[in-house]
Amino acid sequence: MNWHSASEFFAMGGYALYVWGSFGACALAFLAEPLLIRQRHKQIVRTLRRQTAAEKLEMEHP
Amino acid sequence: MTKQQKKWFKFASPQAFYPLAGKLIPIFWVLTAMFGAVGLWLSFFVAPTDATQGEGYRIIFVHVPTSWMSMFIYLVMAGWAAVGLSFNARLSSMMAQSLAPTGALMAFLSLWTGAFWGKPMWGTWWVWDARLTSELILFFLYLGFMSLQASIDDPRRADKAGAILALVGVVNVPIIYFSVTWWNTLHQGASVSLTKSPSMAMTMLWGMLLMAMCLWMYSIAVGLTRVRAIILEREAHTEWVKQLQEVKA
Repeated sequence: MNWHSASEFFAMGGYALYVWGSFGACALAFLAEPLLIRQRHKQIVRTLRRQTAAEKLEMEHP
Repeated sequence: MTKQQKKWFKFASPQAFYPLAGKLIPIFWVLTAMFGAVGLWLSFFVAPTDATQGEGYRIIFVHVPTSWMSMFIYLVMAGWAAVGLSFNARLSSMMAQSLAPTGALMAFLSLWTGAFWGKPMWGTWWVWDARLTSELILFFLYLGFMSLQASIDDPRRADKAGAILALVGVVNVPIIYFSVTWWNTLHQGASVSLTKSPSMAMTMLWGMLLMAMCLWMYSIAVGLTRVRAIILEREAHTEWVKQLQEVKA
């Protein structure tokens, strides 16, 4: 084990800004990307649903 | 064509691939989490402190995997684009289109983590060194591919133009990879070599490899998720999309 306490772990031997700046940016990116894609998928499904609903309406009341 | 081959070719159609991708995605998320958990544990708790760089070297566990993935995804993207171009297979072009943003993200993170590593060790966020500059060009190639595709309204023409750009850009990947041997760079040489025995501690090497596996699985999961959205967007006019459970409900 490299660390004796949590504060020592977060201090990263004086390199906290650089280590957490790197890992933090990656964590943020890898959380944001899937969320954005899910949004995109939801968006297109919503549009398609509206389209089919409109088509159905048109068929019933020409 | 044998029965087996036909079974595989079936998945070249967006209609057959869409549900298959949906089934595969959770598997790749589980793999991402597993490799990530073990990789991070090795990176922070098992790998020893570096003799010269102290704890600052731990950036390697995200820097090297993101850099590898930025190059690897480019090759896969160009490969799909080439298949799409030569066989006129639209799903292949969609795959290329789906991988580009993730590749761009990896290239960006490679540059970002590199800057955060360069500052404490070299005393500068950025130098115009061959390795850094060629990686920056890779980032711009991804952005160029994406904006070129976005700027052409007809998707099939956009695929063709994008594929040509992607294929021309492939020349940059070996330049990045060998830049540290071809030029005198501030950037250090390859961390892992196939010909030499590893110069770093085994736990460091394993941490790096597992983090790379994690990002590999992540890229597949994200690529499949995005391609599903692209399929719906581009096949919106087709009957099979209208008959999908999630659209009908």
